[in-house]
Amino acid sequence: MNVPVMQIRGIVKEFSGVRVLHKITLDIFSGEVLGVLGENGAGKSTLLKIISGIYTKTSGSIKIDGEEVSIHSSADAKRFGIAMIPQEFNLISSLNVFENIFLGNEIKKGFLLDKSLMRSKANQLLKELQTDLNPDSLIEDLSVAEKQMVEIAKALVNESRILIMDEPTTVLTDHEVDIFFGLVETLKQRGVTIIFISHKLKEVKHLCDRLAILRDGHLISVDDVSDINEEDMARKMVGRELNQIYPKLAEHKEDVVLKVSNLSINGLLNNINFTLKKGEVLGFAGLIGAGRTETAEAIMGLREKDSGDVEINGQPVEINTISDAVQHNLAYLSEDRQGKGLIMNFDIPKNITLISLSSYVRGLIQHNKEKTVAQDYVQRFDIKAASINSNLANLSGGNQQKVYLSKWMDTQPNILILDEPTRGIDVNTKKEIYHFIRSLTDQGVSVIVISSELEEVMGLSNRVMVMRAGEIMGELTGDSINEKEIMYYAAGLKTMARA
Amino acid sequence: MIMSQLSPMITRMKRLNIAAYAPFIALLLLIVFSSIASEHFLMPRNITNVLRQVSYTGIIALGMTFVIIAGGIDLSVGSMVALVGVLAIMIINGVGDGWWAVAMAVASAIALGGVFGAINGLIITRGKVASFIATLATMSIFRSMTLYISDAGEMVSENQHFSDIGGGYLWAIPYPVWIFLLLAVAYHILLKHSAFGRHVCAVGSNSKVASYSAIKVRWVYFLTFMIAGLSVGVSAVLLASRLNSVSPGDAGLFYELDAIAAVVIGGTALSGGKGTIWGTVIGAIILGIINNMLNLMGISPYLQGMVKGLVILIAVLVQFKGDR
Repeated sequence: MNVPVMQIRGIVKEFSGVRVLHKITLDIFSGEVLGVLGENGAGKSTLLKIISGIYTKTSGSIKIDGEEVSIHSSADAKRFGIAMIPQEFNLISSLNVFENIFLGNEIKKGFLLDKSLMRSKANQLLKELQTDLNPDSLIEDLSVAEKQMVEIAKALVNESRILIMDEPTTVLTDHEVDIFFGLVETLKQRGVTIIFISHKLKEVKHLCDRLAILRDGHLISVDDVSDINEEDMARKMVGRELNQIYPKLAEHKEDVVLKVSNLSINGLLNNINFTLKKGEVLGFAGLIGAGRTETAEAIMGLREKDSGDVEINGQPVEINTISDAVQHNLAYLSEDRQGKGLIMNFDIPKNITLISLSSYVRGLIQHNKEKTVAQDYVQRFDIKAASINSNLANLSGGNQQKVYLSKWMDTQPNILILDEPTRGIDVNTKKEIYHFIRSLTDQGVSVIVISSELEEVMGLSNRVMVMRAGEIMGELTGDSINEKEIMYYAAGLKTMARA
Repeated sequence: MIMSQLSPMITRMKRLNIAAYAPFIALLLLIVFSSIASEHFLMPRNITNVLRQVSYTGIIALGMTFVIIAGGIDLSVGSMVALVGVLAIMIINGVGDGWWAVAMAVASAIALGGVFGAINGLIITRGKVASFIATLATMSIFRSMTLYISDAGEMVSENQHFSDIGGGYLWAIPYPVWIFLLLAVAYHILLKHSAFGRHVCAVGSNSKVASYSAIKVRWVYFLTFMIAGLSVGVSAVLLASRLNSVSPGDAGLFYELDAIAAVVIGGTALSGGKGTIWGTVIGAIILGIINNMLNLMGISPYLQGMVKGLVILIAVLVQFKGDR
C-alpha cells in the first residue's frame, strides 16, 4: 500500500478553451479503495475519463508503476490494466455470462473457440468473487447487480489492476449493495485498486480507504477516511455557505401573471396546474425526467399539448408556437445551452439579437445598433470575451450563459423560465446569475427556475413546485422548503392533499 | 530588427484569418499564372468570353449559396436549366415575334424557376425528405420532362429579338455578366444585411437553436430552394437567348456540379452555417479561368474534369484546415 500504482501529475483539461480541471496531482496506491467526491460538474468524471482513455488530457502526466505512460484510448487503458465499469453496461444481452466475460479475450484452440476452458475459467473466477452466478446464464436474464458482477469479472480477465466505478451502487437495491460491498473487499484482497465515484457520503465513508474531494475542477483535499466526517465532506464539496451566494428572497406582489390549468401531454404530463405571481421566483424541483422541461416547453409553444389553458395577467391566451410566446413576453432559457440556445459560430451581437432581430431592421439590419446594444449587455452582465465579435464557441460556459440571458432579455420578457440556469457554470458566475434574477424580480419580472440542484431551488425560490413522473406532487412555501420535504415529494413518498 | 517588425505583422495576418481570404488569393495567383502561361489570356475578348461563360453557372451558384449555407444541397439545377429553357422557347414561339414576347418569356422563365424551386422546397420541408435525395429525384424528373415535351429535339427560338439579351453588350461587357454582378450585389445584401439572410445562417448552423429562437426554420429552408430556382430561371433564359435555342439533352448538363464547386471553392462550408456571396463569385471565376486556360494551353478536354475535381478537393481541404 506504500507504492503508488498510479501517479497523476498536474493534469489539466480544457474543453474549447474552458478549463474544467486545474492541475490535479494525486497518487493512487496499490490495493486501496479511493473515493472521489464532488458536486455535479466538479470534474470527477472528466478526471476518470482521462485516466481511462476516453478523454485526452490537455497537459500533465500520468505514471504507472513509475513509468510515464500516454493513454489515448480505452485500448491503451486496457493495456495498462485500467478498466472502467460504466453505469450503462457494455454487455451483449444475447450472449451468456462466460462469453461476455471473455469478449475480446477469447481463448482459442486452433481456429475455434475453446468454450469448455473459458467456461471453467469463468466459473473459477466467479467462485473467487464469491458469487453463485452460472456461467451459462444469458445476460438478458440477469438482474442489474449480476450484470455488474459480469462487468467486474470481465475487467479481471483483462488483468485489470485499477478498476474505476462510476456510482456503482445507484442501480442496486439495498440487499445488492451489501453483496457489492463484500465484492469490493474480495477485490481488495486480490490487490486490485478501486477508484470509486459516489454521491452517497455514508457509503463512501464505509467503503473507502481515502477520499479525494474535487470542486470546480480543483482537487480540494485528499484525506484518510478516518480523518474526515460527513459534515466536512459536504462542506469541502460545496465550499461555501449557502447564504453567501444567494440574494435575499424577492418580495413579490400578489397579482397572478401566469396561470396554467389542466396542462396535459399524453404519456408525459398529467394535469399540471400552477400560478406564478408578479415578481416571484417559483422553483420547479424534481428528478431528471419528472416533466419539468416538458412543462416549460409546452407553455412556450415548443411542444404540442393535448389539453391545457394558459392565462396571462388574467387573460386567456393561445400559445401554439414559440413566436406566440415571445409576443406574450414569455422567455425560456433551455437547459441545453449549446444544442438549443446559442449558435456557436455566431458572434455575440448576432446571438443576442437572434430573436429580437426585427427591432434592428429598418429595411436592412442596422449593424451599429446591434453592436451598441450588445456592448451594453456585455457591460451589464460582465461578459468576458476577447472581442465582441468572438464566436460563442470561444467563450466559457458561464459567459455563454450570460449571452443566452442577454438574448432573451432583449425580447423584454415579463415572465422568464430558466431551465437549469447554472449547469456547468463556475461558482462566481452562478452568484452573478442569482443576483441578476433578484434584480429582475425587483423590476416586476416573474421567474420560474427549473433546477436539479436542490440547493439552488431552495436558495432562490419563494415557492417550490415538486414534480414527479409528469405530475405536480406538492407545493412548498416558506419554512417547508427544505431538502427533506422536496425529496419526499420527488420520490413519491408524499403527495399533496388535493383540495 | 526585422523579426521585431515581422512578428506583429504575422499576428495581424493570423487575425485576418487567411482561410477567409484563400479564394481571393487563389484567384490572384491564378490570374498571374495564366497571364504568364498564355499571351491570349489577358486579351479583352478572352476576358469577356470567360466572364460570360462564368455568368451562367455563376448565377446558379449564387442561389446555391443560400441553399448550402442553410444546410441543404440542390442537385436538380442543371436539369431545371434545360426544362425552363425549353419552356421559355415554347412560350416565346407561342406568343409571337416582338419585344413583348421576349418580355413574356423572360418573366415566365424566372417565374417557372421559382415554381420548380418551390416544388423542391415543398418536397424537402413538407415531405421531410433529405435535400440530397429530393433533388436527386427532381433532377431526373426535370430532365425527363424536358426530353418529353421537346421530343428530344433541339428547340429553336423564332423571335428575332430574343438573342439580343444573351448576346448584347453594355460598355463592352456582355449583359449576362452585368446581370451576374447585379444579382451578386443584391444577394450579398440579402445574405449579410437582411433578417432573412441572418436566419439562413442560423438555420444552417443549428436548426434546433434557430427553431428555439422563434425562427420559422422550414419556411426559411423552403425559401432558399426557391431562390435557387429563381436563379436557375434567370440563368436558363440567358443561356437560351445566347444560343437562341435549347438542346434538351445537353443544356445545363453537370451545371449542378459547377455551381456546387463554385460555392465550395468560394469558402462556403458544405456543412452549412457560413459562407459569402463574394466567395461564390470568385469561386465561379476561378473555375471559368481554369477551363479557359486548359483550352488555351491545348490540354485534352478529357482531362478538364480531373483538374476541376482536384481544385474542388484542394478547396475543401483548405476549408477543413481552417475549421480546425
